[in-house]
Amino acid sequence: MSDIVITSRIRLARNLSDVPFTIKMNDYDASNVIDRVRDVILKNKQYHFEFFEIKKLPLIKRQVLIEKHLISPALASSKIKSAVAIDQNENISIMINEEDHLRIQVLYRGQQIQKAWEDANRIDDFLEQHLSYAYDETWGYLTSCPTNVGTGLRASFMLHLPALTLLGYMKGIIDTITKLGIAVRGFYGEGSEAAGNLYQISNQITLGQPEEDIIANVVSITNQIIEQEQQARLKLLSENRAFVEDKVYRAYGILKYARNISSNEALKLISDVRMGISMGIIKETTIDRLDVLLNLIQPAIIQDYFGREMTPEERDIKRAELIRKILE
Amino acid sequence: MLCENCGKRPATVHYTQIINGVKTEMHLCEVCAKQKGSIEFDAPFSVTNFLAGILEPAFGTQVLKPSFEMQLTCKGCGMTFDEFRRAGRFGCAMCYSSFSEKLYPIFRRIHGNTKHVGKIPTKMGEDIAIKREIDRLKIELNVAIKNEEYEKAAQIRDKIRELEKKLSRE
Repeated sequence: MSDIVITSRIRLARNLSDVPFTIKMNDYDASNVIDRVRDVILKNKQYHFEFFEIKKLPLIKRQVLIEKHLISPALASSKIKSAVAIDQNENISIMINEEDHLRIQVLYRGQQIQKAWEDANRIDDFLEQHLSYAYDETWGYLTSCPTNVGTGLRASFMLHLPALTLLGYMKGIIDTITKLGIAVRGFYGEGSEAAGNLYQISNQITLGQPEEDIIANVVSITNQIIEQEQQARLKLLSENRAFVEDKVYRAYGILKYARNISSNEALKLISDVRMGISMGIIKETTIDRLDVLLNLIQPAIIQDYFGREMTPEERDIKRAELIRKILE
Repeated sequence: MLCENCGKRPATVHYTQIINGVKTEMHLCEVCAKQKGSIEFDAPFSVTNFLAGILEPAFGTQVLKPSFEMQLTCKGCGMTFDEFRRAGRFGCAMCYSSFSEKLYPIFRRIHGNTKHVGKIPTKMGEDIAIKREIDRLKIELNVAIKNEEYEKAAQIRDKIRELEKKLSRE
């Protein structure tokens, strides 16, 4: 199952009761929130957090954090003073002054949504002991946007669905599950395309259901999608084996021998090979290696990996080199 | 899929618009989409764009109303209800109580619900219990006064004051 679920993520939106929300914040308010949250986070003994003020980070470092899904593009380009605390394993990040004062996010590889929820809940409990949250008996956690009010919870999975996409079933699936209160987004969240056949599935409703039910609902729909993807893969194999084999081996061939490759092309090819491995067609490499590549090929992470800034042309050459090395 | 407008380039921008519950879909290439000018490329599908639609009054968009009627303003941050509707964002925690009655239909439309049933913060949980206790004592106080049990009423009053002090300290 883990070959279809790439990551599991929980996000909690929280605000302080005595400071205007980010849309109405001035510099003093922004610094105030950052200082107060920083003091509390650094008190936590259970996790080891490192604290970064966004404006003090070089642009490339910000982009690396976006590509690792540790901060949102909105936080990186925020006009007001913003910050992030990241735990040393890079599973937990607490964004400060994003759309809400606090965005607690826990991200794990594979299907580990329950673990992500337990971590997020524990950190939320800890923060709440030291900070006064904006909360209302009727409406629950008060958030900047009315779409997050109540639990402030977003539970999401990043799914790899190449067969459903190839067979043209995705549109129908998206239409159906959006009616069930589930949102579908691309690789980088809201507004992005499903590059590399990667789809982010998450709950839309945050008010009127307990956290556990919201998560169970997303899990249940995700499990059904996984089952459909498995069916679609079987269908492809039984009806179009030659076509599929050709497709994945061509992808593998290009990845293995290319001397110059863009991140977009690499993403598409990795997707094909990844499917080929889980279908048992390609045995020369592993899903784990492909998932490492999925991260490394991204424009900022690759520069971070080589420890220097590169032009796009140089990056494409280095990317091909890196892919060849990992697939050896 | 090819662009619906030029029919030449591949459609890479898929745009869904919902106006008064009517859904229209467009599949355009980037060039045509830019020409149409209806899509912001920085945040093509942002929640805010859709929210503006949801937050519009149910009938039409520009209903002429005397301006004094529209000036529902938040006591905390000074945001007006109109401003909220345009931005799709609240200005502070107090906006929720300031716009209270107008929020029920909005929340119902977004979430199908208007009551939180999830997590209660521990600290807040204590507060809620204290508030409920105060409400209960107030009823008891009224009963005592009605029955002319003034000594008992004084005791209840002191208890209420004590609890209220506890609330304001936090």
